[in-house]
Amino acid sequence: MHTNSLYQEVILDHNRKPRNYGKLDHANHQAVGHNPLCGDRLDITLQLENDQITDIAFQGESCAICKASASMMTATVKGKSRLDAETLIHEFRELATGKLDTTHPHHLGRLTVFSGIRDLPTRVKCAILPWHTLHAALNSIASTSTEANHDSAHAISSKS
Amino acid sequence: MNSAIVSLKPEISADDFDAEKIRADFPILKLKIDGKPLVYLDNAASSQMPQQVIDRLVRYQTTQHANINRAVHYLSEVATMEYHNARCKLQQFVNAREDREIIFTSGTTDSINLVMHGYGRKFIKAGDEIILTTLEHHSNIVPWQMLANEKGAKIRVVPINDKGDLEVDEYEKLFNERTKFVGLIHVSNALGTINPIKHMIDFAHQHGIPVLIDGAQAAQHIIIDVQALDCDFYAFSAHKLCGPTGVGILYGKAALLESMQPFKGGGDMIASVTFEETLYNTIPHKFEAGTPPIAAAIGFGAAVDYLAAIGIERIAAYELSLLNYATERLNDIPGVKIIGTAAEKTAVISFTIDGIHPHDIGTILNQDGIAVRTGHHCAQPVMQHFNVPATSRASFAFYNKKTEVDALVAGIKNVQKVFL
Repeated sequence: MHTNSLYQEVILDHNRKPRNYGKLDHANHQAVGHNPLCGDRLDITLQLENDQITDIAFQGESCAICKASASMMTATVKGKSRLDAETLIHEFRELATGKLDTTHPHHLGRLTVFSGIRDLPTRVKCAILPWHTLHAALNSIASTSTEANHDSAHAISSKS
Repeated sequence: MNSAIVSLKPEISADDFDAEKIRADFPILKLKIDGKPLVYLDNAASSQMPQQVIDRLVRYQTTQHANINRAVHYLSEVATMEYHNARCKLQQFVNAREDREIIFTSGTTDSINLVMHGYGRKFIKAGDEIILTTLEHHSNIVPWQMLANEKGAKIRVVPINDKGDLEVDEYEKLFNERTKFVGLIHVSNALGTINPIKHMIDFAHQHGIPVLIDGAQAAQHIIIDVQALDCDFYAFSAHKLCGPTGVGILYGKAALLESMQPFKGGGDMIASVTFEETLYNTIPHKFEAGTPPIAAAIGFGAAVDYLAAIGIERIAAYELSLLNYATERLNDIPGVKIIGTAAEKTAVISFTIDGIHPHDIGTILNQDGIAVRTGHHCAQPVMQHFNVPATSRASFAFYNKKTEVDALVAGIKNVQKVFL
């Protein structure tokens, strides 16, 4: 793959002008996601009412791929049910790791601009981090990491 | 005066250095990445291997391989002798007094862990203090933190200034009656700063404190003379000196090594074993449990022969010319900031580009065939000092050339265009 096809205008635009950037004051779910390989960090705050995401915001320090992924994710899941969001999380992870069977119907729409990431294994985690963090927030896991085996990061401190 | 610094300002001119002739020794440099010539600027992470070392590995594997120090058959004797010869080559390369002062390890990290377990666990006690510096690679932080937590000892840290130089005055103030050990990086992997280790070793010795030098980023650029430095331990890896991965050395003063407990137990490190007691072998064998990386160690010997034949001073002079040229060119690009501007540096340039994350820089440079490292370089305390999560790092070797600096400059301008 030629990398130019990853840094497409839509991704660059979301990086320049991220949607839903910031922190919700009235959030009832939140999580922090870390990518320890690069030090990136992402905060997600969201308002869940009757199992529907009525509002969502993100902020953090990250690369363009991660920021654009977070921006497009928040724009996509806002107003959706928790179940729909979980479906999207699953489909996006499959897309980014090259496992999504695109001959079957899916719900990703414009998010397929990230399909090229599958050819850059070192960058897959950048794209997935926001989705990973959203999953943690929806499931009331306060902190997560791209290196977590499951959903909560249990880093062992050298002080213990 | 630091002998390390002297070697970077040699009488030898960089002009007579034939980089093209040297490049011909490195088959990997002919690679094309996505149709573009490879521009390999990640030498601080790992250097490439010349044909001479590749051939040596092939010759060993084709005609000389067996296990060592054991059997009486021909191949075992040849392999044992070649492995010993490699140890002697390393002894000469660092000017150690005796070959038994050279321990083959799996690399710098393993060497440091050996000192932590063998020396630290035996001699460092609750309340003792270990001095490290802000410039340390994680591999010279984490083992000591593990030891400090186990023993109830304390880590004291030498700060750096905004150029990336160690604050040597502050180092000297850290010494007190509780100080028991100093761990010091010779050259910063993240910034390229060459530390005044001779002075710092002498100062520690005035207090009777042993010093371990992490030379992972130094031995390929600076002549290492462990007797002149008088360091107690010196560690580095083969794969940063055009050798194979999986092998490195720990130099240690013989008396110190003899006083230490073994790090790993197993075959070859014993004199005799019963279920009641084991008598340990003499050094270096006491620290080389199990079958060592024989082929890699022999390749390491060939690699230091290769470097020594070119001459470390000539390499240093040429690399300095590349560093000066690259520094000048990168400083001319608006929005590019070089992190780490110490007066004495090896050919490493860490940089940031305004508004663009290092991972995006790395990915876009890669499309031009340019290999740089992006991230925290396993030196998060350095990143924290400069208040950046990560940098991009171009690190040059003696087989790089000025046109590759030009390619990097063009690549950076392309990155800026993508994000315009």
